[in-house]
Amino acid sequence: MTEKNDIILETKKLTKRFGGLIAVNQFDLEVTRGKISSIIGPNGAGKTTVFNVITSIYQPDDGEYYFKGEKLFGLKPHQILTKGIARTFQNIRLFPNMTCLENVMAGQHARSDSGIWHSIFRAPSQMKEEKKIREIAEMRLEQVGLSGYKHELAKNIAYGSQRMLEIARALASNPSLLILDEPSSGLNDKETEDLMGFLDNLLIDDLTLLLIEHDMNVVMGISDWVTVMDEGKKIAEGKPKEIYHNPTVIEAYLGKEEEED
Amino acid sequence: MMVNSENRKANKFNTKGNWFVIIVIVSFLLFPLVIKNDYIIDVAFFFGIYTLLGLSLNIVLGEVGLFDLGHMGFAAIGAYTTAILNTTFGIPVLVLIPVSAIAAAIFAYLVCSPIIHLKGDYLCIVTIGMGEIIRLTLLNNPFGLTGGPNGVFGICFPSIGNLLVIDSCVKFYYYIWIIIGLTVIALIRLQNSRIGRAWNYVREDVIAAEASGIDVRYYKLLAFVIGAALAGVAGNIYATKLMIVSPESFTFMESCLLFCIVLIGGMGSIPGVFIGAAAISFFPEIFQAFAQYRMLIFGAVMVIMMMFRPGGAWPRQRGKIQTESIIIRAEKSEI
Amino acid sequence: MKLIVEQLLNGLTIGSFYSLIALGYSMVYGVMKLINFAHGDFFTFGSYLGYTLLVMGTAFATSTLGVWGGMIAAMLVAAIGSGTLGILVERIAYRPIYPTGRLPAVVSALGASIFIQNSIMVIWGARPHAYTSEVVPDYIMNIFGLRINLLQIIILALSFFLMGVLYYVIQKTTFGAAIRASALDRETAALMGINIKLIIFFIFALGPALGGTAGVMVGIYYRKISFIMGWNYGLKAFTATILGGIGNIHGAMIGGLILGVLEMLGSTYVSTAYKDVFVFLVLILVLIFRPTGILGEKIAEKV
Repeated sequence: MTEKNDIILETKKLTKRFGGLIAVNQFDLEVTRGKISSIIGPNGAGKTTVFNVITSIYQPDDGEYYFKGEKLFGLKPHQILTKGIARTFQNIRLFPNMTCLENVMAGQHARSDSGIWHSIFRAPSQMKEEKKIREIAEMRLEQVGLSGYKHELAKNIAYGSQRMLEIARALASNPSLLILDEPSSGLNDKETEDLMGFLDNLLIDDLTLLLIEHDMNVVMGISDWVTVMDEGKKIAEGKPKEIYHNPTVIEAYLGKEEEED
Repeated sequence: MMVNSENRKANKFNTKGNWFVIIVIVSFLLFPLVIKNDYIIDVAFFFGIYTLLGLSLNIVLGEVGLFDLGHMGFAAIGAYTTAILNTTFGIPVLVLIPVSAIAAAIFAYLVCSPIIHLKGDYLCIVTIGMGEIIRLTLLNNPFGLTGGPNGVFGICFPSIGNLLVIDSCVKFYYYIWIIIGLTVIALIRLQNSRIGRAWNYVREDVIAAEASGIDVRYYKLLAFVIGAALAGVAGNIYATKLMIVSPESFTFMESCLLFCIVLIGGMGSIPGVFIGAAAISFFPEIFQAFAQYRMLIFGAVMVIMMMFRPGGAWPRQRGKIQTESIIIRAEKSEI
Repeated sequence: MKLIVEQLLNGLTIGSFYSLIALGYSMVYGVMKLINFAHGDFFTFGSYLGYTLLVMGTAFATSTLGVWGGMIAAMLVAAIGSGTLGILVERIAYRPIYPTGRLPAVVSALGASIFIQNSIMVIWGARPHAYTSEVVPDYIMNIFGLRINLLQIIILALSFFLMGVLYYVIQKTTFGAAIRASALDRETAALMGINIKLIIFFIFALGPALGGTAGVMVGIYYRKISFIMGWNYGLKAFTATILGGIGNIHGAMIGGLILGVLEMLGSTYVSTAYKDVFVFLVLILVLIFRPTGILGEKIAEKV
């Protein structure tokens, strides 16, 4: 394992219950700075719930988690973003009736602070800030290759583009940890390949990635570290190669999938 | 290069838009000079009141998507604040404009804080309840302040000493439309700021907004507070025009009409509010010949309108124009 | 003590009106996720139909069927009339608009409400009307020193009977299961072969029919009816729906009864003038602590 200060996110015995169901059970996770970590596991294993707890959409029933060594507790989702964790959603959540540019500008909201009077009287500081928000948003749109669509409504662009737009919005907040919930789902082979290249490139900007992914090619192709979940628990972790040959994992997850195929 | 040509395009669009705006402003200014009928000018004044109220509800309902069916309650707070402070302490009504706005805003903050987490229709019923509580309380004359069903009367005209007394239909017309003009400028600027966008993010997808760093609770409350303040201003003007305020002006039915103004015009659309308010205020006048059938026709028109233009008469146009204009202005200001 | 029992009974009676009206709101909301603002006016329409049958036409119904028979006949006519109106409104004002979104449907509902209300005014006139005393059954009973109007008992019994039948249909029959399924998830229900159109037809006939029946009851109980009363009763019933928990029918029933009792308690122990303020305050308090109503289930949003 790497040294302690290289761990950007750490969960300790994280537990989340829904009624009688234990969705996440004493889950430990360590995410290394500057690497791509993946969580895999069969449907219903509790992967998305882990994400939702980390981003404060749910509060954990037990256990704790640390980001950059700081214990995060009782925060609202928007405060999590200001700490430097940005995320995307499994079933793409955009602002459908707003333009792509406006969608990405959302990411900069928490990084700016013009108030209501500054906005009404168009104070020079507010205008400068608007310009900055806009420039960062355009830069992020460019990065995901959607510059040409900046004035299109988000609901009118192709599905694959919507996924990239959501990533651009998350990137616009200049996060240090980007959490992606099944980024490749619904993408075709070409788009998936582009996505892999794109995600790999992100690491250059001192970014850490944590993904949930179903597509084994993606997981094995770009992950530096893989954690396997089943029924809310961690059942294995290691380098992609090790996981690929781990008998427990094959039984719980890969085995099943092959049967289905 | 690319950016330049885009800016030029936006500029071109702006000039076209500017001409339209200038024509609208000039026709509003000339209206009382051409039409010398006090009755019609009064109708145009009440069109103004509905516009102002519509703009205030548009912040809550149109921009943030919160179902507020008790909005008239905020206007009532403003109107009664003005009426009571003016008749008992003789404070000039112009001074009471900010006082009414602040009173309504504080009220909105206190009432909405505990309920702001409620979803859609639950929030809707609470706002209805709030509106009714205000109306019924006013009706019951608490502490002998509100005059019960008769209301408070003898409110003074707006005046600046003896220099300018707003006492005629024409003066009132200019008075309200100038205030609307200023309000519209402020609201357009808000729409094009991070605050206006944050409101829209919340309307479009609460969870995505939260995850993108928007403090949802804060922005919902802010919308209620600003909407209420503006409704309070409208209440003040309404009180000074009629010189009397009574609970029957602030019924649930009136709140529903405001709701319709926003939706007939188009959610979050400022020009839409003008259209909606015009429909609500001129329709009964135009169909006066039909006397008792006019509201019946009005109801039918609402249904038919929603069949053919469910997005409203003038839905908000998004895209190049507004975002481009910001950057152009910002660049100008730097030069 | 006497006062409490009498007021409780009065409260339950009013509450049963609210419950009957609230059921219509709740069923429509459950399946269509639409607040049917015109619903209060179905109630008024039923009340006026009953009035027409009983009072206009020189009390024809009462003279041939007797006081009780006339009352039942008026309720039947009101139920059929309001039910038909409900189906018409759904066809004309909701069905074409519903696919475009919830908010246009709300405006359309408000438009339909204004239209029906003013149609009633045009047909029957703007003055309030009265159910005259000869068509209203009136027997005061003395039970243990309590003065109880038999009419109240009959109204309560009838309301509970209607609610019981509805409860049975919705909870125990296959058709009821289909309605509940559509309320949970319309798309999936449709995919499972449930005829959504039939269900919408049913709820838009039954809801207004119950409302119309309540309209006749209110006419007989309070005697006075007016064309605008639908707003007030509709608002109260809608409040009851939310109080109980929208979208489930026992929530609507219990919400209505609780609201009626609260109103009576409010007017007895707080002040008659402030009874509605009291009711709305209780509603707001309930929602602060139980954001989905008393019987509403907490549904976690899927993220």
